[in-house]
Amino acid sequence: MPDQGDLNPSQPSARLDLVDVGEWKRVSPKYVVVEIVGTIVFGVVVCGGASLLWLLLDATWAMWVGLAVLLMTIINLVFEPRRVRSIGYQLRGDDLLFRRGILFQRFVAVPYGRMQLIDITRGPVARWLGLADLKFVTAAATASVSIPGLPEADAESLRDRLVELAEIRRAGL
Amino acid sequence: MSESVVPVPRTDLTDGQWHRLHPATPLLRGGIFMVAILGFIFANLRERLIDLFIGQENYGGDPIDEIYQRGATGWALLIIAGVLIVIIVAFYLSWRMHTFRVSGEIVEVRSGLIFRSNRKARLDRVQGVNLARPVVPRLFGAARLEITVAGQDGNVQLAYLGSKLADDLRRDILHLASGLRQARAPMAAPEAAATPNAPAVPGDDEAPTLIGPPTAHSALGDFATARYQEFVAPEQDPDAAPPESVVRIPPGRLIASVVMSGFTVFLLLAGIGLIISVIAGSSGWVLVAVLPGLIGSVGYYFSRITKQLRFTIAGTSDGVRVGFGLLSTSSQTLPPGRIHAIAVSQPILWRRFGWWQISINTAGQATRGSGAPATSTTILPVGTLADVAKVLELALPGFDTDHHRALVADGMLGGRKRDAGVPDYFSNAPRRAAWLRPFSWHRTGWAVSGNVALLRCGVISRDLILVPLARMQGVSVRQGPLRRRLRLAAADLYTVAGPVNASLSVLDVDEALVLFEWMSTGAVRSAQSDTSHHWSRAMPKSAADQQSSQNQQGAVK
Repeated sequence: MPDQGDLNPSQPSARLDLVDVGEWKRVSPKYVVVEIVGTIVFGVVVCGGASLLWLLLDATWAMWVGLAVLLMTIINLVFEPRRVRSIGYQLRGDDLLFRRGILFQRFVAVPYGRMQLIDITRGPVARWLGLADLKFVTAAATASVSIPGLPEADAESLRDRLVELAEIRRAGL
Repeated sequence: MSESVVPVPRTDLTDGQWHRLHPATPLLRGGIFMVAILGFIFANLRERLIDLFIGQENYGGDPIDEIYQRGATGWALLIIAGVLIVIIVAFYLSWRMHTFRVSGEIVEVRSGLIFRSNRKARLDRVQGVNLARPVVPRLFGAARLEITVAGQDGNVQLAYLGSKLADDLRRDILHLASGLRQARAPMAAPEAAATPNAPAVPGDDEAPTLIGPPTAHSALGDFATARYQEFVAPEQDPDAAPPESVVRIPPGRLIASVVMSGFTVFLLLAGIGLIISVIAGSSGWVLVAVLPGLIGSVGYYFSRITKQLRFTIAGTSDGVRVGFGLLSTSSQTLPPGRIHAIAVSQPILWRRFGWWQISINTAGQATRGSGAPATSTTILPVGTLADVAKVLELALPGFDTDHHRALVADGMLGGRKRDAGVPDYFSNAPRRAAWLRPFSWHRTGWAVSGNVALLRCGVISRDLILVPLARMQGVSVRQGPLRRRLRLAAADLYTVAGPVNASLSVLDVDEALVLFEWMSTGAVRSAQSDTSHHWSRAMPKSAADQQSSQNQQGAVK
């Protein structure tokens, strides 16, 4: 059987964390509003549909689904600010570093030279708050880094900076 | 590279002028289908005529009957003739409008009658050149040349060209793409005339050159012989490729390998289920439901086997050339540095025989709906350990020292538990990973050597994944609550989409950070030293080029 001797979840090193990296740049704190609105809209739509099913068709399972979604929405809302705070990026010498997630953590490094294009998108709520999402797209479908919730001016200057860096370090595919 | 070594283009198609395709192109592209429809209509009509003469005449409301009764046969025939003429004119026009040109920088195709389309590909972005010969065009001596560039459906297709011509054009395109600059102007007239199969149209400089089948003007017997020659010759270009394929797959092994697949297991299980259901006394409907599937599975085996028969792989000066197919053949050339990931894998049923399969990710994997084999992602359908070593040597040039071979062997066969005393080159998952991967944890490991990352995983189906760092698009490490409790993490190496998925499901947290650091710095370093987008410029003076240009001179004499 596997030994569990060195298993101690409270041990700080059990957590995945990059050492020796610079200061993480955080996304705008206002981005939490975008996330909250999105979560609430999703929750309302699903709960509404479930309650319609429950009330009109007398489907008891729909009630449970609706309750479960409601519970998850509330939990999500509680963790939303922390989750937004966990999003970070930094421009290293040769690559773009990105992190997000608290429970499910993810760190990505993408060399600048791999850039194929950069997308800037603005959703309705984000536009109202003056925010934009920046997406760094590479040839691999999965390796696109999407940095949400940047102030519009920052997003554009970051885009120009990334394009410039990619131009210097241009590599083939 | 000195001027004298630059090979003379084999065809005069790379002069930057517009050229037309094989005249039979519309017929080969869509016409076969139409002929089938016509045949179907006529077959139906014949039955109807027989019925008419025998006497049963009550098909109320049938269009043909209606026309006959109203005496509108003449009009009907006229309409049919009109439709036929329109179709023929459309075919002719579509052929006339379908032109292509190849210059030193680009290959461009214009086509379309009403909706014009224009497709241009940069030659230094070529991901592969694929020469496909589906059965019917092959019988007519035509071939389709596909120039793959990155992206979904990013192919430039030259369909169809004369077979020999397509071969020569492929060679020329690869030479252009390799970064060799050939002298454009001194395409000396005598040389051009002496170059075989370059149909010269005298005194017609303005119009695009007609590209007919090279032997069209010769006697029918010659035509048949030429077709036969082309049909039996697996590789059309004997001097551009070394004649020998580095691996030889006996047909018996290939057939056995296709039979020993997961699909067969599924079939057997389905068969057992069927027998049980029949014994249990269920009615015949199960049989009716399953039988078509069984018949279909025969077709599956047949297509798998005929597709992979006569597999060849050889190194050329312009990259790896992979040929396969019995009826519809395909021969694709992968220039150096176009392979983004390699998986050497062994399904459990093959383990007894020591067989392995190699598949790759390339950026130009356009999925084609038609049955003709297009770009294949398998560069070794089934092979022994020695075959794997030979193919890897081609796919990863420079990855062939003893240390590298030991790494590969370890990655294919090794495992932490097995080689308790022997040093393991791979950095393995810790023992506690068995909570998540009870069987395969001891084979889950990674290594980096030179510019290649190696991931080892899987125990039921053994996999070794090799990723050239110069091609890697990014790296990520991730951790969920379960892995955090076990102080584990998972890692993904991002490559272009394809059958190979380079990820490691369990590894120690600290290891993961080391991997992240190594991979991210390694990717940047290798990408900077990588010059494979113009592969011949980087090479000093390739012997193969010299040889081919000598052959060329021989042909001229």
